[in-house]
Amino acid sequence: MVAFDEMLPAEAGLRRPYEAYDGWLKNQDPARLTEKMRDAERVFRKTGITFAVYGEQEASERLIPFDIVPRIISGNEWRRLTQGIEQRVQALNAFLDDIYHRQEILRAGRVPRELIAANEAFLPEMIGVRPPAGVYTHIIGVDIVRIAENEFYVLEDNARTPSGVSYMLENRETMLQLFPELFQRIKVHPVENYPQLLRQSLAAVRPNGVSGAPTIAVLTPGSFNSAYFEHAFLADQMGVQLVEGQDLRVADGHVAMRTTEGYKRIDVLYRRVDDAYLDPLTFRPDSSLGVPGIMDVYRAGNITIANAPGTGIADDKAIYSYMPEIIEFYTGRKPILGNIPTWRCSEPDSLKYVQEHLGELVVKEVHGSGGYGMLVGPAASKKEREEFSKKLAARPSNYIAQPTLSLSTCPILTEKGLAPRHVDLRPFVLVSDRIRIVPGGLTRVALKEGSLVVNSSQGGGTKDTWVLDD
Amino acid sequence: MLLGRTANGLYWMNRYIERTENMARLIDAGLRIALTRSQDASEEWNSVLLSAGAASAFAAKHSDHTAENVADFLLRDMSNPSSAVAAIETARNNARMVRTALTRETWESINEAWMSLKRVLASPIDQRELPGVLDAIKRETALIRGSFYGTMLRNEIFDFAQLGTYVERADNTARILDVKYYVLLPSISWVGSSLDNYQWESILRSVAAHRSYRWVYEAEYKPTNIAEYLILNARMPRSLSFSYRFLAEHLKFLGEDYGARHPAQEIAERTYARLRGTEIKDIFETGLHEFLADFIKDNNRLGDQVAQDFGFY
Repeated sequence: MVAFDEMLPAEAGLRRPYEAYDGWLKNQDPARLTEKMRDAERVFRKTGITFAVYGEQEASERLIPFDIVPRIISGNEWRRLTQGIEQRVQALNAFLDDIYHRQEILRAGRVPRELIAANEAFLPEMIGVRPPAGVYTHIIGVDIVRIAENEFYVLEDNARTPSGVSYMLENRETMLQLFPELFQRIKVHPVENYPQLLRQSLAAVRPNGVSGAPTIAVLTPGSFNSAYFEHAFLADQMGVQLVEGQDLRVADGHVAMRTTEGYKRIDVLYRRVDDAYLDPLTFRPDSSLGVPGIMDVYRAGNITIANAPGTGIADDKAIYSYMPEIIEFYTGRKPILGNIPTWRCSEPDSLKYVQEHLGELVVKEVHGSGGYGMLVGPAASKKEREEFSKKLAARPSNYIAQPTLSLSTCPILTEKGLAPRHVDLRPFVLVSDRIRIVPGGLTRVALKEGSLVVNSSQGGGTKDTWVLDD
Repeated sequence: MLLGRTANGLYWMNRYIERTENMARLIDAGLRIALTRSQDASEEWNSVLLSAGAASAFAAKHSDHTAENVADFLLRDMSNPSSAVAAIETARNNARMVRTALTRETWESINEAWMSLKRVLASPIDQRELPGVLDAIKRETALIRGSFYGTMLRNEIFDFAQLGTYVERADNTARILDVKYYVLLPSISWVGSSLDNYQWESILRSVAAHRSYRWVYEAEYKPTNIAEYLILNARMPRSLSFSYRFLAEHLKFLGEDYGARHPAQEIAERTYARLRGTEIKDIFETGLHEFLADFIKDNNRLGDQVAQDFGFY
């Protein structure tokens, strides 16, 4: 199976979005490009753009490898993508509002009731709670893969706390530093206003009682969290405080942060802490990362939490398979962006099929992320498949399966010149009184030849993503 | 408006940067004596360890006071929280925590110092390379100070960081003097002996003052002059008086910013006034050691009061 290459597809020759770049590339000295690649690594290390890998003692701070060949998307392709994404995030928010209120979609029998009730991501504490401005998921990273010229699919809706936006911004910054001449030749939509848009978006969903500019803060689990760089980066770029649970307390019905001049009220909290750790009085009692009592303040409407607690029910991998029904139910239209066919192993027929075709499928944990705990059938050994099969039989409802997709490829620069590698795309979406999508996103690339796993924790890298202003 | 935790991070960031640099200076002074006075070297290394507040931790690990052991313990032993490599790492961890409060250049200079010193101090140091290693440490901390002074806005962030610098520096200079206070006492039998001479020079060297001393005083080292220089001279950048001049000033700025007068400001101003109103002969009369011991205690108390006044914890 030959993958679709976004620059040089086998049958068609150089694709249009890459023409101008290719013209420039042809005139570059390969040695200079290799030198630029090293420059890029130095820039990243110097600025401390690192991420921590859990369970690795040695290199506790690592760089995500950066490839200097941009991934290029034409203006037309982007317009189609954004229509599909907008439709999707509208449906996600409508679904969340429904699930925590009237549950019409369950009454209509379009999504099975037990899928919600028995789901860990469903928070009964959120039933009947309407977040400020009615928005549940404010920041979404929709993972999109491409199979062919006109075939895009959504792989995952990251509706809880998607990360990676700082890489989108730093990748562009690095490219601007390394190749200023390229941006003079080729018109690329800017992405650098993302932090301003994020700030506007968060301000727009402030609690009802707040008049004037709200006080916004970013809540991080702390400097040892794998995404700490991003938390600090976003707080910095937005010009807001970066707080930890230990800085916050609830007083007089509000959440307040301890400052050098006493406690100061917070109106909007962009939290990068998982639901379970948010409030030890409501969720995990052993957590010190959150704020005791914040859920009471939230239910009283005195703080906006972005994303809202309980949004995980919308990006759960078991729910994912119902997204086409969900989109149609709430928007009245067919999905613009397709889903990947998904077998729910909780259903006996599907389980049987999956067990019989393990060698062809990708099997994922329903609640997993980061590429952990999954089986890539075609790449697995017979022994690995047999072991996985046992796990699957023991807890079928914990798994879903999808066909192994031939993700599109994009060239990366290797020591031997350009070579195709599989990529995916995560555009970032902001929802408040309107939907904002920055033209671009994070392109993740599997650096190992033939590999389909793009996760940074598993040897994936990133690329700058260009949306052409054409 | 600043988070209390951020103010705390800034304070300790600069304390540990200052400490990193002071470790290099202490060893530099010890090395100088070890090179010129082979018999007295181990005693000198012991006072280096005492000045660094690391004598008992060292004794738990090593038996010989050799240059190799002491330099290794004070520069590259991660189990010693004040070693240069541990201190720069703590400084960098604090900087990482407060990075949104730092200019990009300041953060990068700290991050680069950490990367570079970790590399330099990764393997045991060959004695021939020790001077080069000490230079590298002083250079990295100077680069940090350069970007800090050159790019940081003079606001509360700057003030809290500077409080850390001067509390640490005052503590360090006072310790150096206290460990050697007996060498400075006027004693008829010792005065003018060559033993005193190099001990005096070592004190000056450990605060990088052996050259500037001569600009202020006559060429000959005199214990009262040395003590006066390091305690009372408000222009000598590592003296107690200089440190307190700036501690009082930064606390005053913070008080003005916040429209409040904090207990910490009272303490710093009182100490500074006392240093200004004192002559060195009074200090010698009441007892140099007693004076220094009280000072070190009060200096610690100031640090605690700052933490309390500004919601560090």
